[in-house]
Parts: sequence; C-alpha cells; structure tokens
Amino acid sequence: MQVNEYKPLIVAFCCNWCSYAGADLAGNNRLSYPDNVKIIRVPCSCRVNPMFVLRAFQRGADGVILCGCHPGDCHYTSGNYYTRRRMALLFSMLDYLGIERERTRVEWCSAAEGAKFAQTMNEFTEAVAALGENKRLEDLRCKE
Amino acid sequence: MQRITREMLTSKAISLLNDGTVSAVLGWREGEFSYDLTPSLFYTAEDIEQNFVFNDFCGANFSKYLVTKTLGIEGKILAFLKPCDTYSFNQLLTEHRIDRSKVYVVGISCDGMADISKIRAITGDGISSISCEPDGLKVQTIYDDEPKTVSYEDAMAERCICCKSKKHVCYDELIGEEGEENPDCNRFGKVAELEAMTPDERFAFWRGELSRCIRCNACRDVCPACTCEKCVFNNPNSGAENKAPATSFEEQMFHIIRAFHVAGRCTDCGECSRVCPQHIPLHLLNRKFIKDINTFYGEYQAGKEVGSRAPLVDYTTGDLEPGQVFEREGM
Ligand code: SF4
Ligand code: SF4
Ligand code: FES
Repeated sequence: MQVNEYKPLIVAFCCNWCSYAGADLAGNNRLSYPDNVKIIRVPCSCRVNPMFVLRAFQRGADGVILCGCHPGDCHYTSGNYYTRRRMALLFSMLDYLGIERERTRVEWCSAAEGAKFAQTMNEFTEAVAALGENKRLEDLRCKE
Repeated sequence: MQRITREMLTSKAISLLNDGTVSAVLGWREGEFSYDLTPSLFYTAEDIEQNFVFNDFCGANFSKYLVTKTLGIEGKILAFLKPCDTYSFNQLLTEHRIDRSKVYVVGISCDGMADISKIRAITGDGISSISCEPDGLKVQTIYDDEPKTVSYEDAMAERCICCKSKKHVCYDELIGEEGEENPDCNRFGKVAELEAMTPDERFAFWRGELSRCIRCNACRDVCPACTCEKCVFNNPNSGAENKAPATSFEEQMFHIIRAFHVAGRCTDCGECSRVCPQHIPLHLLNRKFIKDINTFYGEYQAGKEVGSRAPLVDYTTGDLEPGQVFEREGM
C-alpha cells in the first residue's frame, strides 16, 4: 500500500433536516465513506451563501458538495428551490473561470437515504481525487 | 439619426429650470481634459450656459447618482438619460432606491459614445485636446503639429458596438427619436467563444485578466446595481476599501462575488468595464450570468419593466438541476 496516497479534502454542506440525518443514518448502518469528507451542518441548503463555497476553496478544499432536501421537501418550503438556481449559476460561473466542473456538486439526499449519502460521497471523492489538488482557487496565505 | 447637440440639452434644461419644473439639472462639466468629463449638478441658467458640456464622452450612466442626489433636494432633478441608462433607472425604481417623483427624465437618443482608449490606440499618447466635428473627432496630441481625425466608428466604445437597445424604457420627455431594441446585437458572442475553450485555456484567460486588477473598486463604485448603504466597501474600517492584491485568489474571489451580487439585476449597462483603469473585460462576467439566466430560466432583461422579479429571488418547481447545467448541448 502506498503511504502517501493523495486524499482530497472535501467540504460537504449538509442541511440539518435531511442530508445531515442521512449522514447519521449512513453511520448507524456502518456504511463507510471517506473520512476526509468534512461535513458542515447548515439549517437549510439555502443558508449556503456562494461566499461559503469560495471560502472553502480558499482554505484548501479540493471539492465542495452541497446536500439538501429533495425539491419539494424543504422544511422551509422553498429554500432549496433558491439554492438550486443560485448554485446552478455559481457552478456554471466557476466552470467559466476554468475551475474544473467536477469539483462542485449539488445532491439532494433525504434523512432516509443513508446509502445514497455514502455512495454520493464515495463517488464525489473519487472524482475529485482524479483531478488532484485544487490549485486554481487556493490562497497561498491559507497554506500551512 | 439626428445628432444630439449641446444646445438641444441646454435650452431644454434652462426652460425646465425657468418654469419651475425642476430645481436642479444633472449634467456634465469639463474635467481635467476635454475627454474627461465630470458629472455635476447645475442650479442656475448662467451656470448651464457657461459650463454645461455635451459631447461624445458623455458615457457616464447618471442613474446611480440619482440615488443620493435626490435625497436632500427640494423639487425635482432633471436627468438626461441614454437608452441604456433608463434600464438602470428602472431597475433602481424596482429596488425602491430612487423616488420617481423627484426625477424628471429627459431621454436622449444615442448613436454610441467614444472610448478614449480606442482613440489613444490610434493617435498615440499625449492627447491635448479633442473636438467633435461632423466628419469625426479631431484629436490634437502634443507630439503632432496637425490634429488627426478619428472616425466616430473607430472611436466607438465596445459596449456601444453591441448595444442591446436604443429604446428608452422610461422617460418624461424625449429628445431625438425613439429607438428599437436590438436582439441581434451579438453581445454574447465573446462569452460563447470562451465557453468553447478548454478549462485550462479559460483559466489562463481569466488569470491573465483578473491578475491585473489593482482593486481600486471603481467597478463596484460606478455600478448602478450596487447601491446598498451598508456595503462593506463603504465602511472605511472594514479594510476592504483599499485592499492591495495579495494573491490572485483575492481577485478571483472579489470578481466572482461582485458579479454574483448583481446577477439578475445587472442591466448590462457596461459601466464597470468602462471605468476599469486596467481594461479588464468585466462585462464578460456579467454577461455570462445574463446568458445563463436566459438559457436556464427564460429571457430576462433587468430594468425592462419596473417591478419585475429578478431571477434569483424567484423559482419554478421544474427548474433545471445544477448537475444538468453541463449536460446541456454545447457546454
Ligand atoms: S455590473 Fe457593470 S454592466 Fe452590470 S449594472 Fe453594474 S456597472 Fe452596469
Ligand atoms: S475597476 Fe478594474 S482594477 Fe478597479 S477593482 Fe474593478 S476590475 Fe479591479
Ligand atoms: S430544510 Fe433541507 S433544504 Fe431546506
């Protein structure tokens, strides 16, 4: 086994009411997903300001994924509909600036979908690992 | 089209001042150079007669000035607005930033304004004076004995070449003819070109452009979509005001956020690119959002109608998923 195997740093913004509970369920079911997925709990996917995503990249994230309730199931009725538009535009803009599109993702994942959560994180981590480190949005001042 | 002359504007301004319709006039005064004009308020007919300037360098969009200038004034302000300015004006009305009853809008038709950097590229540096003649701009530099003539076509600002509309969407009175919208202006041509590049090429393009930014913040200061009173850029203690560029990330972040803040509200007036001392094509960021909004959520032109709902504060249950953005044809 390679000792220095590259592990991408993934930041996952998870809505408290669905994906965060989904992550819990994945844990309870002993499903494994990479430990380098750092979950940040938010009250609703709509809480995620585009700045959060950029900040995560600035501080060294290699990929950022946003998970929320399925459209129609948001606990605040319509939060994730706004998220959907916002992130579609933001990710399209990042792509336009030359940031690889595989580094960003939005996935809807309910509290009952522990298996989907684990699978999504595995897939996403793999996709980001294939790209390697994020050099394009990093900030040298934030490096150790 | 009939060219708008200074006399047409000054006589209109003076008659409206004299009959009491307005109590002040927003216009242009001479600045350091003849091509460098300063927006300014005029209160008397004498001042207008002596100092009011109108020529091909009156590109400034006056709508943002009205946000603050209408606050402490008795009566109305007369504002001369070009077609593109009226979109910004409408957008500010939509956002309740201007009191419509305090402004008397005189729409002026427009054939396009001149861009001093294009002229400079033709004549060279050291321009001492420019006069606008019927057959073109007569440009005198300190290195030449005779003035050089630059045609209006060659001098025209980039944003005016692909102008989206010659139609005034708001006015009390019009000088010149009413124009038409111009859907064939090909303003997204360059955006599409960039989209067709590889990510590496795009990254190289944007890093080359954005790393030249000196963070003067002129682009945000001039933007009529950017008028919050409590902006971090207006707070001298925030440190954001005179941020020196530290790494190129700083610039990317600033520019993504600047463009995102006005996404759906940017009328594509082109002011940000006009004022940028580094000639960074900021409109290509704004137009990317506009193009995406048009393709994802249907055609939307900010400022076309007062009260229209900006796409980012709206949704439909059937909107496309962020993951589908790249599955679309040609992306
Ligand atoms: S972002 Fe630029 S083009 Fe858009 S409204 Fe502001 S100044 Fe005008
Ligand atoms: S006007 Fe140009 S140089 Fe100044 S902050 Fe904006 S992009 Fe940077
Ligand atoms: S509550 Fe989960 S997305 Fe809004």
